[in-house]
Amino acid sequence: MGQEISRRTFLRGGVAAAAGLAAGSIPGASAAAAPQEETQLATLLDISKCIGCGACVEACNETNAHKYPNPKKPFPKMYPNRVPVEDWSEKQDVSDRLTPYNWLFIQHAIVNLNGEEQEITLPRRCMHCVNPPCVKLCPWGAARQLENGISRIDSDICLGGSKCKKVCPWDIPQRQTGTGLYLDILPSFAGNGVMYKCDRCYDQIADGQLPACIEACPEDVQTIGPRDEIIQKAHALAKETNGYIYGEKENGGTNTIYVLPVPFEELNKAIEKGKGKPHLKPVKDTMAQANNLTTAMVLAPVAGIAAAVGKFVKRTKNSQ
Amino acid sequence: MRVQQTDRSKTPNRAVRYVYLITVFFLTLTGFGQMPIFKRYYIADIPGFGWLAQFYVTHYIHYLGAILILALVTYMIIDYLILQKKRIRLTASGYVRGTILAGILVSGLLLVIRNLAGSQFAPGFIILLDLAHLGLVMAFLMAAGYCLVRKRSWVTSQ
Repeated sequence: MGQEISRRTFLRGGVAAAAGLAAGSIPGASAAAAPQEETQLATLLDISKCIGCGACVEACNETNAHKYPNPKKPFPKMYPNRVPVEDWSEKQDVSDRLTPYNWLFIQHAIVNLNGEEQEITLPRRCMHCVNPPCVKLCPWGAARQLENGISRIDSDICLGGSKCKKVCPWDIPQRQTGTGLYLDILPSFAGNGVMYKCDRCYDQIADGQLPACIEACPEDVQTIGPRDEIIQKAHALAKETNGYIYGEKENGGTNTIYVLPVPFEELNKAIEKGKGKPHLKPVKDTMAQANNLTTAMVLAPVAGIAAAVGKFVKRTKNSQ
Repeated sequence: MRVQQTDRSKTPNRAVRYVYLITVFFLTLTGFGQMPIFKRYYIADIPGFGWLAQFYVTHYIHYLGAILILALVTYMIIDYLILQKKRIRLTASGYVRGTILAGILVSGLLLVIRNLAGSQFAPGFIILLDLAHLGLVMAFLMAAGYCLVRKRSWVTSQ
């Protein structure tokens, strides 16, 4: 049933997203409207259903293999020497963390639930933030956000500077050296490959299909639909199961909403964290601090006008 | 910004000029800091410059600089229109620099809008904005360098 609902809401969201995309083709046209809750598609992950079988990971790998890097070797000599070569091409089978060849992995934790020790498994991938810093702070526009909320990195444009990873609160994007546009520019002095991460099967969604991880899940862990509906469902599920929500408010809101009957602070302590293994900590809105200055930016010319007029008035009074 | 100095305007214009120069310096520094180059090329390793490798810090300071430059530019335009127009006029190099600066401000403001939650510009337009913003800054620095060497002022007496 969950899967039926997810397909129905997904298709409805797809229509709204397509309409939004048409409006968005004119620069700035949709900026004023910004119907985020209606056009962005979110996924709800009911973690109590996840059995950690890895079917989603396998499906992700099979479906997205054609997008994976195919680096040229030997890699260009990098200057200065501190620039790290990141090569995953010989470790493509690594599946216990995020890599350029593995955009989704299962995170494990042993937690105490109702007095019993229990293993929890969570599919982890890009959270697809509502206002993604990886997209907004990319200096070249190589990372982009689609109208349906998917953030993806264009591997034809990305130079592999890894800024997106540094500004991502979860360090999601992963770099592969020796591939991409930088090889054609100044391979030794600028750039270092291409950054890779989950693109939530944007091409499949454009064809009206579900993302591979959702389609393949035997337990219907994930549901996809318009963000406002997914948020409502997440709250209903959390209420029903005395559960806890992660992803709704984090980083100002994401399009990946986890529901689990264990506090995420507790779960965060239990999971293995580190490189390619994102945390589950609360995350403040990283874009908000600068964006809060936008009002001051609008008022700045008013201050300039006031100062000039004040000078004029003072000068006029003095000359009389 | 070299302005024809007169007895009446010398002191306030000097203050505006220094604020303008400091603002442009930090805008340029933090603007280049949006690219991952300061850490790669050891500049952030220099004591006191570590903040240049912190993208959210440089981003925030860039916004503060943008607020200042908008206020300053507006002040100078209005001051020119209501007080200075009869005494001074823009030189050719002033027009060139002013036009480039206007392009930087417009592309920068569009990028600020792009950064707001919910804004959706076409991907090609965002790339154009990023490249235009950077390219115009490079052009402005070259024009400013040329004017500094050749002692060209923004304005001259009528």
